[in-house]
Parts: sequence; structure tokens; C-alpha cells
Amino acid sequence: MKNWLDKTILSPMKRRSFMKWGSLLGGASVVSAGLPLKSVAKAAFTDKKTPENKTTWSACMVNCGSRCALRVHTNDGVITQIESDNRGDDKVFGEHQIRACLRGRSIKHRVYNPDRLKYPMKRIGERGEGRFERISWDEALDLLAGKMKHIIDAYGNESIFFTYGTGTQGYRTDGQHALHRLMNMLGGNLNYYGNYSWGQIQHALPFTYGDIKAAANGSYTSEIKSADLLVMFGYNPAETRMSGGGEIYEHSVAVRERNVRTIIIDPRYTDTMLGKEDEWIPIRPGTDAALVEGIAHVLITENLVDQAFLDKYCQGYDEKTLPASAPKNGHYKAHILGQGPDGIEKTPVWASGITGIPAKKIIQLAREIGSAKPAYILQGTGIQRQANGEQSARSIVMLPILTGNIGLPGTNTGDMPANYSYPVPTIPTGTNPVKASIPFFGWTDAIVRGQEMTDKTDGVLGVKQLNTSIKMLISYASNMLANQHADINRTREILRDESLCEFIVLLDNHMTPSARFADLLLPDVTTLENTEVSSDGYASGSLGAVVPLVPAIKPMYECRSAYDVCVGVAERFGIREQYTEGRTHEQWVEYLYAGARAKDSRLPSLEQLRKDGPFRVMAPEDKRVALEDFRTDPVKHALGTPSGKIEIYSTKLEKIAKEWILPEGDVITPLPQYVTTWESHLDPLTEKYPLQLVGFHTKGRVHSTYHNIPELREAVMDGVWMNPIDAKTRGIKNGDQVRIWNDRGETRVLAKVTPRIIPGVMALGEGAWYKPDRKGVDRGGCFNVLTNQRPTPLSKGNPQHTNLVEIAKV
Amino acid sequence: MAQMGFYVDTSKCTGCKTCQLSCKDKNDLPVGMNWRRVYEYSGGDWVQHEDGTFSNDVFAYYVSISCNHCAQPACTKACPTGAMHKREEDGLVVVDNTVCVGCRYCEMACPYGAPQFNPVKKVMSKCDGCYERVATGQQPVCVESCPLRALEFGPIDELRARYGNRADIAPLPDPTLTNPSVIIGTSRNSRLSGDKEGKIENPQEVGL
Repeated sequence: MKNWLDKTILSPMKRRSFMKWGSLLGGASVVSAGLPLKSVAKAAFTDKKTPENKTTWSACMVNCGSRCALRVHTNDGVITQIESDNRGDDKVFGEHQIRACLRGRSIKHRVYNPDRLKYPMKRIGERGEGRFERISWDEALDLLAGKMKHIIDAYGNESIFFTYGTGTQGYRTDGQHALHRLMNMLGGNLNYYGNYSWGQIQHALPFTYGDIKAAANGSYTSEIKSADLLVMFGYNPAETRMSGGGEIYEHSVAVRERNVRTIIIDPRYTDTMLGKEDEWIPIRPGTDAALVEGIAHVLITENLVDQAFLDKYCQGYDEKTLPASAPKNGHYKAHILGQGPDGIEKTPVWASGITGIPAKKIIQLAREIGSAKPAYILQGTGIQRQANGEQSARSIVMLPILTGNIGLPGTNTGDMPANYSYPVPTIPTGTNPVKASIPFFGWTDAIVRGQEMTDKTDGVLGVKQLNTSIKMLISYASNMLANQHADINRTREILRDESLCEFIVLLDNHMTPSARFADLLLPDVTTLENTEVSSDGYASGSLGAVVPLVPAIKPMYECRSAYDVCVGVAERFGIREQYTEGRTHEQWVEYLYAGARAKDSRLPSLEQLRKDGPFRVMAPEDKRVALEDFRTDPVKHALGTPSGKIEIYSTKLEKIAKEWILPEGDVITPLPQYVTTWESHLDPLTEKYPLQLVGFHTKGRVHSTYHNIPELREAVMDGVWMNPIDAKTRGIKNGDQVRIWNDRGETRVLAKVTPRIIPGVMALGEGAWYKPDRKGVDRGGCFNVLTNQRPTPLSKGNPQHTNLVEIAKV
Repeated sequence: MAQMGFYVDTSKCTGCKTCQLSCKDKNDLPVGMNWRRVYEYSGGDWVQHEDGTFSNDVFAYYVSISCNHCAQPACTKACPTGAMHKREEDGLVVVDNTVCVGCRYCEMACPYGAPQFNPVKKVMSKCDGCYERVATGQQPVCVESCPLRALEFGPIDELRARYGNRADIAPLPDPTLTNPSVIIGTSRNSRLSGDKEGKIENPQEVGL
């Protein structure tokens, strides 16, 4: 600990207060590690009269989807220990505690981290070089406002873009919302739609189920307990939704309640399994749609489909419900039986050759799915983060559709499970005067060739074509510039060129790899230094919550909240009063909470909420089954599709397929179907790069947030998962340092040789911080050195799990 | 008070390591020292068929282990100074830092890796069952932190009445060596102590 204190670059102004913490925790622990902390604290305060012990409520505000309660213990203004929710009767589901996982438990080290940004800095070297000099807040805000004025005048508001960022997620009055309020008052900015997490599935499923929100979400996890069979495609809440108050806890309770038979399809033997599953079916990445087609073949030929359901509720299963615009034999049944345009019969043997799953197993699986009533079928979102992601997502939902397992107790749509969310109000952001919107994944292209981007070629929405390329990036709590976007080496070259994007401002807590690419660095306060009333996140299962954040410590160094930064910029544009409406940040929190309380009398006073901790609300018992209304009355509750039915054959996609200009090899089809893509296991490129590489969410960080915490790096080793068969042929042993490379780049990491992954596939936890050496080889194990910026055909999303690589011992 | 001990339900555990982190946070342990460690135990083989498809019999599970506060602790027997001792009131095994000379005999004797050497102060340290929390009616921090509710703590007789007395699960040693105050809830994947089919897959994470 002393070591990383020594390495800390300390602001002279704040050195004393930081060292106070150092002497209390860092220093004391060195001489007395092993003693309970209170003995340490006592020893350190013998010369003090009355050290002030406080415990305040806060939350872990990162992008796992959960928002876990934290109790922050401080001693004389210094954080000493983090605990989590300890209230209520935890044995009663519904009163269960919102227990933080290891990441929330480590937040002390995130606050007191040597990587903290401490004061405003401006770039002095070349962009990306990482050389900065300290400036005052006045200089920083003058510089930012000046650049914004210049860029708006020269190129228009459409040239300003927010990078996607979720490092601090869930503020209602601060962060992204505060920035959007400011930008909308200043004439707006280029919008984006979709996101890196589920860009394809959210875009694709409305073609099947319509745009009604309930249709694009699943049933509640609690419905699992009413099912006879649970089939999960790549769904892995034990590693992605780890909160003890949210999805994994609810999932484990539901599965155990009736010991429902569980089959999990995934290339990895994940931590969701571990014997809790009845069957693991390992599959090659990107081939889920082929498995579905093999299953569909059995369902159709063995008469296990729910024909009455397909006739009444669906469009395009067979000739009876095929729309007039479709070609002859354009229906699903013909496609599966080999009577469609490709003439290939999608038999289990055909599917086994693609998926790596024995045909016998596919037949067994199909018979189980076809005869279990009800069956709860769902998919995670790793599957759709592939080059054929939209097709895979739409294909998997064909299984509940074909078997009529929709809209009834114990069923699901094939999408992720639903989560309840309490609607805590946000600061009004106004509306964005700029109409143009690009896919979230297209921002690097919009820097290079924005004006070429159109609705038919690049998925631009709101306008037919962009007027300008991106000239300014605003990056808030985002490690997207050089870590979380695909193909880092290409991104780096684009960002380096100052003639393209002219100005990059970044607000964050830590000196991330992305921060190196900023022109202006602004230090944000951490959530433990900020005030807020937040919601439960978006993965809290049936448990909604209103979560108070009380500042546990004063802002460190010269850190300022995004709200305060926006006030400073607004002042320079002469709209301070308009922006603040005469309120401080604290007063906004009080004002919005008072409004929420006026609407919902169950809410306690703000003072009481801050004292008692999160207010909990369970989701209502009705509306837990997705599409229940539609199942009951398909006319009165018609879906948002053109036909009002479930569109197996989508007329909207038929039109898009005709009109859009697609790159060679990209396919959009009205039916959901398996598509062999570039860099799949069937690509000729496998001769050079024989292994498929997928990413996964490691438990030791949330995307790239919390990566810089040694206690977490120790707990969950960063290593590339490889099967002993692949390791043996390359002479690699567990724990060896290996290099992984393709034409886009090279990264180095340790090998985790384990039978828990299918042969031919490598898996690397995404989010490790990019650490290039002088030759540009990443020494940080950053997955995105190897990923591809080529977008997916329909949503123009991120195909980050479609990569071919080779691997060798260093 | 009765002998206290832990129940670790491997059928609920997902290997998240929150127990490890919460212990580390409460006790301010440096990197490299973990009073509670989570072992990943897995094994199984793959067969590639002639048509290129695969079958396997892979299994895996996690076991979260701290000190088991054994009925016949190997560490106290090995301790020449009496620093490592078993508390009469609750049977928790703790080390008296003012007496320990750091000879590390206890570390060598313990089959569970519980006593850990503090290289700065040159004395031993280990899980003390959070006896100060327990005295105030709280649970040990690891138990209270577990997101999957896979850990319990209490009088071992009561826990045994509820959960039986299995502790002979790989990668743990044969429990007859020290009679540990720990019960392991088994899962479909569990293997017996001394199993040769699997191995600890995360040696780096548990300091092996």
C-alpha cells in the first residue's frame, strides 16, 4: 500500500488531507496488518480528542445494471470500511437485502486511487501521448466554452458528439443528464441510438414483436418457477448481474424453488452453471441461429410446433399467413425444410456441422423443448454482439414462438428477463434541436467520413445524410476512446489526427487509457463525494428501489461534479440562470425528490430516506408475463408490427433488404436465419488465424470500471480461457504468458487453461485497461486490440465477439 | 458458548469472491493476503467425434474457505509459544500478536492454508471469525456480504443438525485430520477429498 501511495501524484494543495488518509489506513496497515481495523483506528487517533465516526448511505453506480446499496463508514472524514445493505428480514424474498458484490465492496480503493484525476489539465504533447499540464478551473472552463463556441460557429451543433459512457451510471441530476441539459440549451449535438451492450437485439426484436416496450422485454425471472423447462442461450447472470439484490439472486431463488430442469447453451461452462444446470450444451460462437434451425427442423417434422398458435398469432410461419409481398415459399417452414431460396434442408446433421453439437443432442433438445409446457426460453446479450447478432437474436425467439410458449404463465419471449424499475425523476434535459442520429458504434466513421453517412448506407436516422463530420467529442465517465470501442489501433490513428476531430474534452474520475487522448481533462467527483437520489438500475429483478447517496467525504483535490462544470460553461454562454433555475445541485436533488414524493405518498421524507437507506418497492404481481395481453386478445392488444402479429416474416425487413446498400457479405433477410459471416469459424481466414475469440464479462470489474483496483485484479485473474486441447498443441500451460494476435493488433495476457471452454474458442474478459508498449503491442490484456470496427448489417452495431486470432506462448 | 463454525453451500456459491473482498476491506488486508479464499475446482475431458462435433464431462465448482476453527487444530498444536490458541468461549482459533514470534510452524501445519504470515510485522495473521462483530450480535462480515446467501455462521452443532456434516470435498483435505468446524453443502458437481479427476484451476488467485 505504501508503494502505491508513493507513486501517487499529489496536488500540493490537497496533499495534507490525502496524507491524513494515508497515515490512517495505508501507514497504519503496514505496521499492523492483521489487526481488526478498529484497533488500527484507535491507535491512529490516540492523540485526537473526539474522532468523528459516521456511517452514510451511498451506492455503487456502475454499469452492471444493478445499483447496490453501500454503507460507507468514515472516521474523521476518511473512509475506513464499506458495508452493504443489512436491513430487513433477508430470509423473506421481497425484503431481501440489496447486497453489493465484490466490486462495490472495493469502492474505497476506487476513491483513494493513485489514478485519480486531481485538477484540470490541458494537453501539451501530441494527442494520445499523455502529456498534460495543470491549469486552473477558470482557464479550463474558458477553454472549453471558447472551443464550443468556435466549433458551433464553424461547423454547427451537429458536429459535437458525446461518446458512449457508463463509468458513472444512474445519476439523475448530474453526469450525463446535466451535460445533455446544457447541450440542448446551446443548440444540441449529434445524437446516437443503441448501445454496446444490446445494440443488435434491441434493434432486431421489434421487427418480430413490434415496438411496444413489453414486447421487446421478457417475462419476469420469477416466472421460471412456473416452468417445466428452462432453456438459456448464453445467459450468465452469475458473471454479469452479480448483485445480491438483483438478477442473479432472484434467478437462483426461482430456479431452486421448484428445481426446474435447466439447459444452458454457451461456449463456456460459466459460473451460472457449476452443477446448478442439468445440462450444458457447448456451442461454437456465432452459430446459435443454426442450432435453432436444426431444432426447428425436428419440431416441424415431428409435429411438435403449436400450429394453432402460429396460425392465430404469427405472420409467415407457412403459406397460410405469408404476406402478399413475400416471394413464393418465402415462409419459415419452407426455409427450414429446404424449399426456400437456398434449397438447404436445415436438418440436425446440417446444424451439427456448424455448431459443433452432435446431431443426436440437437434432436433430444428439440424434443424436450417441443414437449415441455410451459418452457421458459431466454437469451443473454453476448450472442447478439456478433457479426450476425440480429439474426441470432431473432432466431432464438423462434423457439418460444414455434412452440407457443408465449404469453402464458411460465413462459418468456426468448428475450432477456424483465426487471422492475422505480421511476426516480431526472433533471429536465429539454429536447435536442439536432435531429440527426447515428448508430452508437459509428462515431469513429463519423469523424472520418461523416458527410458520406446516409440512412441507406450507415443507418443514419432523423436525416437522409449528415451535414458534417464530428469535430468535437465530449466524453463523460467513458473509457470509449481507447478501450471499450472496437479496433483500438484504428481508433487511435483517427483520434491522433487533430485535423479531423478538433477538440476532445473528458470528465472522469481516473486517468484511464482514454483520458490520454483528451485535449482537456476535467476531474469529476466520485459518487461517494456526491449527492443524489437514484433508482435501482435496470437489472434489479422484481425489486425496485429509491437509493439515497449522501456525500461520505468532501470532494477530493479540485474535483468538481459535471453539474458544476455545466454551470461554469453556462455562465460563459450567459445562460447560468436559465441552466440552474436558481437552484444549487443539492437543491435540484431536493426539488426533484419533493416532486416524486408528491406523486407517491409511500416515499419517506428525504431526510428519512438518507437516514434509513434505500426505499424498496416490489413489482406488482400482475403483468409479469410478457405478451400476456396479446395472448388473451391479439386484436385488442395488437403488437406494434405492421401486421399487429408476431412477424416471423418481417415486411419491414423485406423493404430494408431491398433498399439498403450493404457491404459485400452482409445479409438482411425477412426471415430470421443463420448467416455465415466474416471471421466466423467457416471463414477461409481460419487458415491464418484458426481460433475464435469471444469476450465475456469478468467478475473483477464492470466493463473497464474498477479495473485499476489491485484487490480486484488479485481476486479475479485476467487470463485468456483456452481448452487443454488447444493449449497442448501450442505448448501452453495454465499461467503462461501468451500473445494473442490478428491483423488488427496484438495483446499479451496470462493463459487460463481450462476444460470449461469448447475447443477452438478463446475467451478473454473485456475491459482490461489498454497498455501499449513502444511497438504498439498491448501489455494490458485489452480485448479491443483484436476486435473489428466493421458494423453489423442491420443495427450497425458492434460485432465484438466475432474475431479470429492465433495464440502462442511468449 | 458452543463451538462456532461455518456452513459453505457450494450449490449456491457462484464464485463471486465478495466474501474475500469484504473480509479484506474490514480487516484492511494488503494484496497478497486473503483470510478467505475461493478455490475453483474443475476437471473433465473432451472428445472430438469423427463428424467434428464434441462431447464432454466437464464439471466445476467453487469452495470458499477461511479458517475452519477446527476441533483439533493443527496450528495450535504446532505453535511453540501458545500465541495460536483456541478461545474457550466460542472455539474460534485466533493468534495473539504480542506472543507470536513468526516461526511459521502453524502455517506449515494447517492443511487449509488459514494462518498467513505478515511479512511486515513478521507475525502470523488469520481469520478470527469476526469475534468482535459476533459478540455484538452481528454475523462475520463474509457471511453478511454473500450475494447468494451461500455462507452461514453459528454454533456448529446447530448447523450440523440442519445441514449434516460433509467437509470431505475436494480440494479440501480429509477432515479427520483436524475435525474442522465447517460443513460443505454439496452440489451435483462435488468431488470427494483426494479426487484425482479435477484440480484447482485458479492457483494464482488463491496464492498457490
